[in-house]
Amino acid sequence: MDITPATAASPPPLAGGPAPAEQKATTRPGDRIFLALSRGSGILLLVIMAAIAVFLTVRATNALSHNEGNFFTTFEWSANSTPPVFGIAVLAFGTVVSSLIAMLIAVPVAIGIALFISHYAPRRLSTPLSYVIDLLAAVPSIVYGLWGALFLVPHLGGLYGWLNDYFGWTGIFEYHDGAARSLFTIGILLAIMILPIVTSVSREVFLQAPKMHEEAALALGATRWEVIRMSVLPFGRSGVISASMLGLGRALGETMAVATVLSPSFEIGTSLLDPGGGTFAQNIASSFKESGEIGKDALIASGLVLFVLTLLVNGAARLIIARRKEYTA
Amino acid sequence: MAKRIDVSGLNAYYGSHKAIDDISMTVEPRSVTAFIGPSGCGKSTFLRTLNRMHEVTPGGRVEGKVMLDDENLYGPGVDPVSVRRTVGMVFQRPNPFPTMSIYDNVAAGVRLNGDRVRKAELDGIVEKSLKGANLWNEVKDRLNKPGAGLSGGQQQRLCIARAIAVEPQVLLMDEPCSALDPISTLAIEDLIGELKEHFTIVIVTHNMQQAARVSDRTAFFNLAGVGQPGKLVEIDDTERIFSNPSVQATEDYISGRFG
Repeated sequence: MDITPATAASPPPLAGGPAPAEQKATTRPGDRIFLALSRGSGILLLVIMAAIAVFLTVRATNALSHNEGNFFTTFEWSANSTPPVFGIAVLAFGTVVSSLIAMLIAVPVAIGIALFISHYAPRRLSTPLSYVIDLLAAVPSIVYGLWGALFLVPHLGGLYGWLNDYFGWTGIFEYHDGAARSLFTIGILLAIMILPIVTSVSREVFLQAPKMHEEAALALGATRWEVIRMSVLPFGRSGVISASMLGLGRALGETMAVATVLSPSFEIGTSLLDPGGGTFAQNIASSFKESGEIGKDALIASGLVLFVLTLLVNGAARLIIARRKEYTA
Repeated sequence: MAKRIDVSGLNAYYGSHKAIDDISMTVEPRSVTAFIGPSGCGKSTFLRTLNRMHEVTPGGRVEGKVMLDDENLYGPGVDPVSVRRTVGMVFQRPNPFPTMSIYDNVAAGVRLNGDRVRKAELDGIVEKSLKGANLWNEVKDRLNKPGAGLSGGQQQRLCIARAIAVEPQVLLMDEPCSALDPISTLAIEDLIGELKEHFTIVIVTHNMQQAARVSDRTAFFNLAGVGQPGKLVEIDDTERIFSNPSVQATEDYISGRFG
């Protein structure tokens, strides 16, 4: 192996003279190979992303040019009729609302479970508990869907009746007897589905909270909850947001479970408890097989909207995390 | 304000391992008492038994009596949380809360104590504590900046300000200068000299010159061997410990001859 530094080959710079124009650092074959590999993977990723975006845009444009309805405001999805009429209003509403309900239920519960595992439970309980949580994340979504349709739907009538009795006056919790195949049921089901991932990630973050800050709080006379509030939660804040976004991503794109439970319809009711509605992913899964050329392109257009929605959500999460960066250094 | 600490027959354990054995001593109010001794001799463990922080460590357990004036800290029904409000602590590594501003760091303990403090009153407490920690002039124009942005020495003084803001009776310091440069160390030592007017101070240090400079009384701890519990060898006036100790082991340790 040549151990002479490359610089030795070039003449030493004269005192006061200009530095040598090119002074190449030694590169070793291993470095060059690794550089090529990693740079190549990075470029490949960009190429794939661009290809997907181009494909989606081209096919979507094709469908949109034939659309006789307004893509954003039409309450109808008849992409296979002539002329095709379709709009995403109902899908967007259903996707956003069911995911929001899921987040509202899942995130507080997940934070609670994660804190219990990381700071309250004795070790002989916390280890098996976290194992079970991780296991839940591995259950396929169709299994959740079947459970939702066969167990959750028939058993939610009582809860819905109660909500109707006490909160029916708000309008959004009005319930007329019927199968609980509504957006609210979807929200509950999605909450259960995203609970494990949000819990797992939050638990890992809470476990990494620095001991010295917990001791600082303890030494000031903080109770266990105050220690968590002063040192664990602020430390875990950005991690919990990331975890929630992971969960939200899964909720927005969840397909099979939603398609199994929901009875789709193209109208937006005032009550969350009435059956009907739809989501982007569910609509694609339910209608893809029976769709013709334009119908498929129309579904792709709706998929593109879901893609953009997910990007926006992630961007917003990054903004929230970056806003307090000064304090998390 | 300051109270006397009277320890008798104190043993501390980590699980089944006995870390300190049968320690009895008295710490005088409004004075500085230094703990010196080789690593592993249990001086930090002993310090942590004085505000019930030892039992926070998994497996940590304490036997014996620690009297703060006439209240036994280990008596039945004593709430460790209220003990820690009376006996404050400063740690080896400066540990201001990274998500809080300088102001909020100092106010943290006061806000904990439950009752709503009026803003003006809190402002007064923060200013007084930062002045007490000789930090006010350096930070008064940036109280809303994060505490983690200060230098190491400033952070440690911020931690001292945070500890004295709740007006404890006793201030425990666990090697407070070992992560600091000599100038910051000097600043903290000067501060200790001022703080003893109001508080009972106990400081663990590896630096014997520091013990000689800041303390009125010095306690020397030692252990018979690896895995053996640490013991208190002797406690006496600092001047006497460093000039004419009554136990040979102390003199050997201080003059650098051990074993």
